[in-house]
Amino acid sequence: MTEQKNTARAHRRNDILLIVLLLLVAGAGILYLFVFRDSGNVVKVTVDGKLYGTYSLSEDRVEDIHSGEDGHNRLIIKDGRAYMESASCSDGICVAHHPIFRDGESIVCLPNKVVATVIIDGDTDSPDIVA
Amino acid sequence: MKNRSKTVAFIGLCTALALILAYVEILIQPLFPTLPGIKMGLPNIIIVFLLYRRGAASAIGVSLIRILLVSLLFGNVMALFYSLAGGALSIAVMIILKKLRFLSPVGVSVAGGVTHNVGQILMAMLLLDTVELGYYLVVLTVTGTVAGILVGLCGAILINNLPNKLIS
Repeated sequence: MTEQKNTARAHRRNDILLIVLLLLVAGAGILYLFVFRDSGNVVKVTVDGKLYGTYSLSEDRVEDIHSGEDGHNRLIIKDGRAYMESASCSDGICVAHHPIFRDGESIVCLPNKVVATVIIDGDTDSPDIVA
Repeated sequence: MKNRSKTVAFIGLCTALALILAYVEILIQPLFPTLPGIKMGLPNIIIVFLLYRRGAASAIGVSLIRILLVSLLFGNVMALFYSLAGGALSIAVMIILKKLRFLSPVGVSVAGGVTHNVGQILMAMLLLDTVELGYYLVVLTVTGTVAGILVGLCGAILINNLPNKLIS
């Protein structure tokens, strides 16, 4: 009986170790990806892995992205941040995504295979970007 | 010989429960608008329970049927691919971890929840030919861990308290 209790206790300890380990790894990832990142200056849009276009974050614009037969996403660039205003897909995950502006951040629309990623592009005509 | 029709009825009941839990999950999703695409993994309560009380075969079976049904009823073909990848990786990891006997059902469920996300993201990376989805992985690891704890605690209640005569 005590042996059973000891095993249960060891299991619980291992559970907690696993949980703490996972949260630490994720926490480190979040710090690396979301906090210690510079702002990017360009949004790169790909459809089905192919480059669709790159748009500077420094000027406001509305870009309609067409994909597949009747796929459609509206990308808005406003105040140096990019977000999806609307999408033809049903899940709306990309529309709910927070506006992106840090280097490497991306909004993904799985149904339309649309990926918008912020990058740092040295050759862009926007030297006034605030990092 | 074991009563076959009783077994069929029991597995059917578990599948129906997993299906309803998946539906409940879809219903409550609008409550968390700031967390796009994040699910609790409620059907995993049934899968973990089956894994511990009836064995790997029924856990795999119910998991597969519920993924097929949920994707066909509420999703699309793409969703099916993601779910299958997530479900397969998740259940494989849970079976191995249960066999290794160093975690309780809660730890096994946490590992299952997190690897479900990993499988889906890997499949999405493959289909979309992009590595940028790695972003979602860190967020999903946190939510997957928290959801896995809750799911595991629910599963453990079933595992410890459901009398044997009800399981066939």
